[in-house]
Amino acid sequence: MTVKDLIEELKLTILVEGDLDREVTDCYIGDLLSWVMGRAPEDSVWLTVMGNINSIAVATLADVSCIVLVENAALDTDARNKANIHGVTILQTEENSYALAVKISGLLR
Amino acid sequence: MSNAIHLHYEVSGEDFTRAGEASGAVKKRLKSLGYSPDAIRRVAIAMYEAEINMVIHAEGGFCDVDIYPDRVEVLLSDRGPGIPDVEKAMQEGYSTAPANVRSLGFGAGMGLPNIKKYSDEMRIDTTIGVGTKLYLTVRVNQ
Ligand SMILES: Nc1ncnc2c1ncn2[C@@H]1O[C@H](COP(=O)(O)OP(=O)(O)OP(=O)(O)O)[C@@H](O)[C@H]1O
Ligand SMILES: [Mg+2]
Repeated sequence: MTVKDLIEELKLTILVEGDLDREVTDCYIGDLLSWVMGRAPEDSVWLTVMGNINSIAVATLADVSCIVLVENAALDTDARNKANIHGVTILQTEENSYALAVKISGLLR
Repeated sequence: MSNAIHLHYEVSGEDFTRAGEASGAVKKRLKSLGYSPDAIRRVAIAMYEAEINMVIHAEGGFCDVDIYPDRVEVLLSDRGPGIPDVEKAMQEGYSTAPANVRSLGFGAGMGLPNIKKYSDEMRIDTTIGVGTKLYLTVRVNQ
């Protein structure tokens, strides 16, 4: 499944558009950045409330497919700019991590 | 070693939103040199963690990178307060990060453990009141 499929299936809002044809093979949830860098599998969709510039660095380093800001968590301006520069896809939903992850689990199966 | 590539970066202690510039640049360089994605990922994450630490816990410093065909060696040197108990600092979950950086997602106490996990060799030389030197080596499968 691609990021594009994920957006359509889950009705996610696109905040920053990167490579929407990227594969999504896994899902990781976390707000502590070092935890995410240490544990998130590559090509994951990363669910978090951290919409600051450091999250973009972490997404790039951990090589996740996209970030989803859950519960309508905000994306700050610096982060948006950096995501644009690095082509990191940022999505948003009003759902919480649990509800979204349950749906993602069904999609990835 | 004539075939080593040396890179040098200053890491500003002022603005930790900019931390990650050195690791980002090294990542790009390694990619263009054709190193494996796994090696690049390990170098970049270990360096980023160390860079962030230099900014959050110290007052910045510099970073020297030596790229060899079979390994990447990195020295990160800061002018910070030093680490009183390295063994404790290495434990997962130990953190003295202040509240303002915790609210940005730092302070899990996982940075040094991540560096250990992703590097093949790691050494810390630290002196209270003088600074900390972190040496790390990532081996590259050829
Ligand atoms: N360069 C440094 N200078 C001084 N103290 C340091 C330095 N690097 C790490 N430390 C100390 O070691 C502790 C553990 O570092 P570590 O990177 O594992 O966690 P953290 O930076 O607190 O949180 P995280 O990396 O998960 O965001 C720090 O909280 C700090 O007390
Ligand atoms: Mg750290």
